[in-house]
Amino acid sequence: MDEFLLVFRRDFQNRENQPSPEQLQEHFQKWHAWYDKMASEDRIVLQRRWDGEGLVVNAQKTVLNGPYAEIKEAIGGAVIIRAANYEEAAEFAKAVPILEFGGNVEIRKAL
Amino acid sequence: MEEKELLPHLFRTEYRKLVAVLCYLFGIEHVEVAEDIASDTFLAAAETWAIKGVPENPAAWLYTVAKNRTKNYLKRNTVFEQKVASEIRYSSDKEAEIDIDMSPKNITDSQLAMIFAVCNPLIPAESQVALALNLLCGFGVQEIADAFLLNKEVVYKRIQRAKEKLKEGRISITQPSVPEIGERLETVLTTIYLLYSEGYYSISQNTTLRKELCAEAMRLNFLLIDNELTDRPEASALLSLMCFHSSRFEARTNRNGEMVLYEDQDESLWNRELIERGTYYLSRASTGEKLSRYHLEAGIAYWHTHKEDSHEKWTHILDLYNHLLAIEYSPIAALNRIYALAKVSGKEAAIGEAEHLNLTNNHFYYSLLGNLYAGIDDTQATTHYETAIKLAHSESDKAILFRNIARLQDNAG
Repeated sequence: MDEFLLVFRRDFQNRENQPSPEQLQEHFQKWHAWYDKMASEDRIVLQRRWDGEGLVVNAQKTVLNGPYAEIKEAIGGAVIIRAANYEEAAEFAKAVPILEFGGNVEIRKAL
Repeated sequence: MEEKELLPHLFRTEYRKLVAVLCYLFGIEHVEVAEDIASDTFLAAAETWAIKGVPENPAAWLYTVAKNRTKNYLKRNTVFEQKVASEIRYSSDKEAEIDIDMSPKNITDSQLAMIFAVCNPLIPAESQVALALNLLCGFGVQEIADAFLLNKEVVYKRIQRAKEKLKEGRISITQPSVPEIGERLETVLTTIYLLYSEGYYSISQNTTLRKELCAEAMRLNFLLIDNELTDRPEASALLSLMCFHSSRFEARTNRNGEMVLYEDQDESLWNRELIERGTYYLSRASTGEKLSRYHLEAGIAYWHTHKEDSHEKWTHILDLYNHLLAIEYSPIAALNRIYALAKVSGKEAAIGEAEHLNLTNNHFYYSLLGNLYAGIDDTQATTHYETAIKLAHSESDKAILFRNIARLQDNAG
């Protein structure tokens, strides 16, 4: 088993699909379910709730507010999980609910 | 509140506030940015709260996240900032930290300003209600499509077109000035009443959704009354009218979802609390000199909360219809007036006036004639009901007409 960092990014720009209260509730439950699955398989190495602010330091050494690597991509959260390999980690990432509303998951293996 | 209901509930109450405050800050040109930030805030909540539960003050959490998202957006998006900077409502001092004011006062001001911007005569009537639901009530395209039994694409296009109209018209989202209110309030009330009617008279079988539309209309109306600037008698009159109508919501459909006519309704199902509220707002409306159509319609609805037939009741209703037709004629009001006339002066007198109306493409016209001829000339009555069935659109209207014919036959048999 290796350890993988999963970084969740959200880029919500999809007005036609503004979530309805019901969809939001389903979305919330899917997040619950995803974390529950990881926990039940004892795959979670590090799980935290991250604050919504954060800082970014750029090449000019300017310190900027906000967890934005790119202009529009907000880092939602990040988690470190155990998986056999990149393929398996990617399978877990495919079930991350952030993908439902135009987000993505970045995966890095810890060496 | 149960955790599983909390997020949808918060979405219903807080999403529209976020959109209003951000639109008030950015201007209507950037309505999409406001909507994206508001949606994103809720998605962030779903993600974060799933890990370690809901924060102690969830609304405050949402406000903080939305504020930070907005500040970041403004800082990151220099194009947006440059465009907005000259128009935006905060200090022109570029160095100053932007303040996104989520105080109750600013939320209320923003919502009021949004109501006046959205309920604008520039918007085509067919889009007006959809836009109001979308921007003022936070309903998504799919929900609106479900409410109107329309295709999602159609609704989306209507809302987009309506937003374009507001942008093209450079409609500013500001508090209406006192001299403007008289005229503009009328448009706002018309939209609210349209929204209410969509809920109340919709052919959709989804009762929950229909009730929600009615509740939204009443909520918007309440915002007007709650604000000194817009607390005009006609606003109270409209709220009174909606309270009276809503009091009969449970009684007007039976278990099979079929319409129950007023005469056949079980009075014990009428909501007394709403009737009392309606009466309160009607008394509140009875000031000033202007007698609006809402005053008259609320008065008519008030008398309908007395189930018992009396000469006094129908004389008042007839008088109110006479007034209403004088200030705003509509065929439906004219037909209803005849019904009241029949109650006051008898069916024969009413038949003469009814036939005078000659509304030969209106099924309500034939339905009324059927009612008036019943007991006088049942053959004629049946013929009129049959014509009405041919003209009626909805299945529930037809079902009522068939029942009326059956009743005539029972009486004869």
